[in-house]
Amino acid sequence: MYHKEKSIQMKSSASALYNNLSVLRIAPRSLTYFTVVHANMVNMVSASWDGLNYSHRQLQSKEANVATSSSLIMQAAWCVLPSRDILVLTSQKGIQMYESDGSIMVYWHALDTPETQTAQAVFARGIAAVREKYICVGISSGSMLVFDVPIKGSNITLSEVLEEHKESITDLASECSGSLECIADMVSADDSGNLCVWKSGEDFQLLNKIPGFDMSCSSVKLWKGTVVAGYGTGQIRLYEAVTGIVHAEVNAHARWIYSLDIAPFSGLLLSAAEDSLVRVWHLTMTPETNSVEVTSQTIPGRNLTTPRTHRQTLTASLPLSPSRSCTCITSV
Amino acid sequence: MSSRTLPLLFINLGGEMLYILDQRLRAQNIPADKAKKADWIEDDRRRVMNDIITTMFNKKFLEELFKPQELYSKKALRTVFDRLAHASIMRLNQASMDKLYDLMTMAFKYQVLLCPRAKDILLVSFNHMDAIKDFVKDTPSVLSQVDETYRQLIEMYTPLSSGEFQLIRQTLLIFFQDMHIRVSIFLKDKVQNSNGRFVLPISGPVPHGTHIPGLIRMFSCNGEEVKRLQFRNGGNYTGVLREGSFEMFGERVIKLGTNMYVNTAPNPLAKEELNMLARLMGGMEVQKPGNADSGFRVNLFATDEEEEEALISRPDEFSYDVIKIQATKNQQANAELVKIMGDFTEEAGEPCSSSANSKGDDLLAMMDGL
Repeated sequence: MYHKEKSIQMKSSASALYNNLSVLRIAPRSLTYFTVVHANMVNMVSASWDGLNYSHRQLQSKEANVATSSSLIMQAAWCVLPSRDILVLTSQKGIQMYESDGSIMVYWHALDTPETQTAQAVFARGIAAVREKYICVGISSGSMLVFDVPIKGSNITLSEVLEEHKESITDLASECSGSLECIADMVSADDSGNLCVWKSGEDFQLLNKIPGFDMSCSSVKLWKGTVVAGYGTGQIRLYEAVTGIVHAEVNAHARWIYSLDIAPFSGLLLSAAEDSLVRVWHLTMTPETNSVEVTSQTIPGRNLTTPRTHRQTLTASLPLSPSRSCTCITSV
Repeated sequence: MSSRTLPLLFINLGGEMLYILDQRLRAQNIPADKAKKADWIEDDRRRVMNDIITTMFNKKFLEELFKPQELYSKKALRTVFDRLAHASIMRLNQASMDKLYDLMTMAFKYQVLLCPRAKDILLVSFNHMDAIKDFVKDTPSVLSQVDETYRQLIEMYTPLSSGEFQLIRQTLLIFFQDMHIRVSIFLKDKVQNSNGRFVLPISGPVPHGTHIPGLIRMFSCNGEEVKRLQFRNGGNYTGVLREGSFEMFGERVIKLGTNMYVNTAPNPLAKEELNMLARLMGGMEVQKPGNADSGFRVNLFATDEEEEEALISRPDEFSYDVIKIQATKNQQANAELVKIMGDFTEEAGEPCSSSANSKGDDLLAMMDGL
């Protein structure tokens, strides 16, 4: 179960964006990196595990024009590949990739922005590392870019463009259980709630399409072949990825869900929403009956609903590791 | 982010501004027993409201507003509202204008944040529009412009999806990010904390389309429900209310965006203020060049002294850094205007042009021409 650790103060507030907290644990150095997007900047802090040292860094959106809102960053996330960790920033202008400590930008991909402003917004959003060498990024048009990442160096190339979604991509997730048996490698979600399930490779293969119900799916996870999707209605749904069978439906929150995260070894699921609450769930898979059980959890001795006078919107994430620490930040 | 945000930002902020000005103008109203002056003041109030609304809903102005574009910078938007507030014979000095803008922006931030669904921001806009329509119901020429704006709002926004509305909402929240000015009405009602943050309730009706949290349903492979679990949601949520009307007329249901100053108690210092106002107006000088009428000044504070004090003691970080623009043709004025336009021109490095056809030939230029 989760226990609260020392709070970390970021340099500035978090912007109201989906999945706005990314965490990277670096065991060999006993450090954890956290990133939070603030308008056209990313605040990064590296925290030592003994809680004694904190080091802050800020990354700017490329081609940031200080006075305007046209270079806002939509998301920042670490992509963990076998040989390296890449920090990816997606903005209205394009996609920036950095070495894990944010010190060197290794790749820049500019989005096609039309000459005159169109009614349809242009931006990149949704980031996932897939298998050994791919980084996938979603676009507001519904396309997804697949980048091929070498073991080291900056020779990152655009390998494929997946055109399956018709609405803006909201989130991408790759299989996080660590199991190699799972057929599905990645799931993508869009603004109409449609989910696409993919198998990676030279050419990505669409395994299944799970239709939405006209409500945006803002956050998605893939764990042991199960898609966990959070919607604008505050509902969480669990599907079997390759077949689309609905395992469970949870009336989880009273407002839009902004973030989901799973601790892959324990099956603990976190959901954070605009209702100012973070809820903890436990997922249990029963392969024999092909079912998933969901139960609500409370953190012992700690009421996650903060006192009325302090409640603010939250976005949350947690490291993909057995340490099971919970990190929440306030925003707006 | 969303290129459809500016009309909503402008209309809602404008609506809040009108609520505040209307309340202040009424508070400075002279009671009937002061004979002749009474009618004159009442007429002036209506005239001020009409003049501002006429400017707000100017046809060309709105055409520019509704074009797809990124939001203006905070500085540029503040300048637009400065111009708007002075589109009549009313005058506000720096401190009062600052306070007016603080109230307007915090009120709209509150409304955006508390909207149950992202789409409800449209209902909030309609609440403001409904009130504006009521302000000008006796002036057919402006009324028709207001009606036209309703149609444009309906045309542009009703087809949008939930995700697109959420993008608009996020764009607005990022615009208002880090604004934590304390507003006495909000503090009093305990919807704002002493640190300036708004309180998000965990009670009340759930939004349209959302279920009250508490139920987990689990299914078998063939879709049959096999298990149900309940959990305590920790809040006090109630069932969804009926949906508000997204048409030109109809009950909006949501209260956000309605006039929260309506039931404010009358100012006990009114009589003193009136005397002060009468004195000021008697000795009024024309402040802006080329202005035929002698304007009268509106104070957003209880007394002149308070207003002056507020100006002196205003913390630097709250400074709006307003650029004063003279509506004259001199080179320097043009350069400043062009510089502001340059701030929110899309392409970085685009050469600033003062020609009428340059990119960003927009609201400010429109306002100058009015």
